[in-house]
Amino acid sequence: MKTQTRIDRRFAALKKEGRAALVTFITAGDPDLETSRKILFGLPKAGADLIELGMPFSDPMADGPAIQASSLRALQAGQDMKKTLALVAEFRAQDPDTPIVLMGYYNPIYVFPGDRFLDEAVKSGVDGLIVVDVPPEADEELCLPAIERGLNFIRLATPTTDAKRLPAVLANTSGFVYYVSITGITGSAAPDVNNVHSQVARIRKSTNLPVAVGFGVRTPEQAREIAVGADGVVVGSALVTAIQQSLDGDGHATGKTAAAVLDLVNSLSKALRG
Amino acid sequence: MATTSNKTGEAKLNSFRTGPDDKGFFGLFGGRFVAETLMPLILDLERAYDDAKNDPEFGKALAFLHTHYSGRPSPLYFAERMTADLGGAKVYFKRDELNHTGSHKINNCLGQILLARRMGKTRIIAETGAGQHGVAVATVCAKFDMPCEIYMGATDIERQAPNVARMKLLGASLNPVTSGAGTLKDAMNEALRDWVTNVKDTYYIIGTAAGPHPYPMLVRDFQSIIGREVREQIVAAEGRFPDALVACIGGGSNAIGLFHPFLDDKDVAIFGVEAGGHGLDVENGHAASMNGGTPGVLHGNRTYLLQNYDGQILEGHSISAGLDYPGVGPEHSWLKDTGRVTYVSATDKEALTALQYCTRMEGIIPALEPSHALAHVMRLAPTMAKDEIIVMNLCGRGDKDLFTVAKALGMKI
Ligand SMILES: Cc1ncc(COP(=O)(O)O)c(C=O)c1O
Repeated sequence: MKTQTRIDRRFAALKKEGRAALVTFITAGDPDLETSRKILFGLPKAGADLIELGMPFSDPMADGPAIQASSLRALQAGQDMKKTLALVAEFRAQDPDTPIVLMGYYNPIYVFPGDRFLDEAVKSGVDGLIVVDVPPEADEELCLPAIERGLNFIRLATPTTDAKRLPAVLANTSGFVYYVSITGITGSAAPDVNNVHSQVARIRKSTNLPVAVGFGVRTPEQAREIAVGADGVVVGSALVTAIQQSLDGDGHATGKTAAAVLDLVNSLSKALRG
Repeated sequence: MATTSNKTGEAKLNSFRTGPDDKGFFGLFGGRFVAETLMPLILDLERAYDDAKNDPEFGKALAFLHTHYSGRPSPLYFAERMTADLGGAKVYFKRDELNHTGSHKINNCLGQILLARRMGKTRIIAETGAGQHGVAVATVCAKFDMPCEIYMGATDIERQAPNVARMKLLGASLNPVTSGAGTLKDAMNEALRDWVTNVKDTYYIIGTAAGPHPYPMLVRDFQSIIGREVREQIVAAEGRFPDALVACIGGGSNAIGLFHPFLDDKDVAIFGVEAGGHGLDVENGHAASMNGGTPGVLHGNRTYLLQNYDGQILEGHSISAGLDYPGVGPEHSWLKDTGRVTYVSATDKEALTALQYCTRMEGIIPALEPSHALAHVMRLAPTMAKDEIIVMNLCGRGDKDLFTVAKALGMKI
């Protein structure tokens, strides 16, 4: 039996509570490091059960306009991988329980370079990784070394992941499976709920891991509907859009920025608890 | 890759033409770094290409189009005045600018559209920088009656206006891309976003020998007609192979097309010419990813990239929209590291000078892209003996660049 990670423990606890996890995505350093810290530190209290923290990248190929803009804001404010890892370490020092999953693209990890990134991620208190552009075919690059260090490697399953391919996708996945509810980029049209339910059921047949559903979930109502039959709901574009809408004319954070995100998280959380 | 060991136990390549391996790698470079949604699609493409390659009918259909539609073989032309003026090696041009649509890009598009049809795809997407690839895609889509969406950076739309008009006339729908610097890299991001959204019916015709496996391989194979023709033509003209090959490097498709058939001919020196922009010492002022970049992962493959310390991709700069890309096809990265090919660069200014020189000397207006290759020929030829031979890929004509060139030279048109 593998040792339980923070992610395993959190999903197990929520299962006992009988509700789905609220998984929230924000980009580290968006719109600036200080505001981002305020948002991050406020997420658990606002009701986030797991936190996906985006590692900003100049060319987020799988993301829609909202997360592209979020990544760009962070980079323009001077965010880099070192600062992102330091931010996680600060968070971990005051919150020993809420899982943090770093999410992003391979290149900033590759040039860090990869081994050092993994060591520092563990040291900072990171629990899992989602790296969009490293498929199972390249497991020895990053996934296996991450697992060796006790990190969860969370894989995306998509509508194009057919029965033949699903076992390969699940093989080295741990923590949870992230079901991408649409073919498309983040922040696209809302998924068809019935279809999502049947797809999640399909994935469940092949794994005992929790299944979280994301891409296109924006409102508390959608979150509640999607949560039926899933172990978690991921909300990202809606949160970074809330950041964007709270900025002043020059694109800087205002007194309302952190609250705009945390209020939305709060209402999403209520929907899942309700 | 095939290797033998020499006496010192050091592995030595006995062929440079066996890559990629079955995961799409050329040594460290290449691979399939894409989101899960796209993975099944590129695996499908790999199977379909394998199948097509082994089907004589596919080869016949492509050969027919080469002969009757794009006008192959393109001539191998002895640039007599230029040779005399440079005073060294004999300079030959491979005239791929005479192809239908005006560049080598059509070679790849004809191959890929046949593949798309075989796969039953009904919608075509593509990215374009200079617009030459976009025009070639729009052309084959018109010919085969397929709807087509082209992604093109807003900056490039401005500097390649004639090609924009051609694409529109051909019936393509053009999507301006404003993210980033609005150049080729951003167009490629947007095309990938379209593909990940429209997975069922859409075929993505990548325009250069980059992207996830199998694209670098299949684009190379479709462009290798250039080098295969040169092998026959130069033997017919000179009774032997050339001493040097020269081609410009954007993503590297025209270059790999010329180089690949010659990689195992040890006596042929090979030069790839990157875009030196304002100069390699100007930060973010060039597009020479191999001479001024480091290995990284972008657009589905590992290759040399222009990037900062944090792995953020730089925009780069070149006067030539077709070379203005922060990466390069992975096979070139491998050929650089193995030392088989020498990669050099030419600046904006050198390319402009070469363009004018070729125009006056030979009555051929080359595109800005091959003008970079020509700039290196102008350096190289005088250092070689008069009985030596250089073949340069004149892979595109300059019509599309007239506005850019006129502006740079202060001409009123
Ligand atoms: C005439 C011409 N040459 C070269 C290139 C660069 O591409 P590649 O390096 O793939 O040949 C382009 C790209 O648009 C082009 O139009």
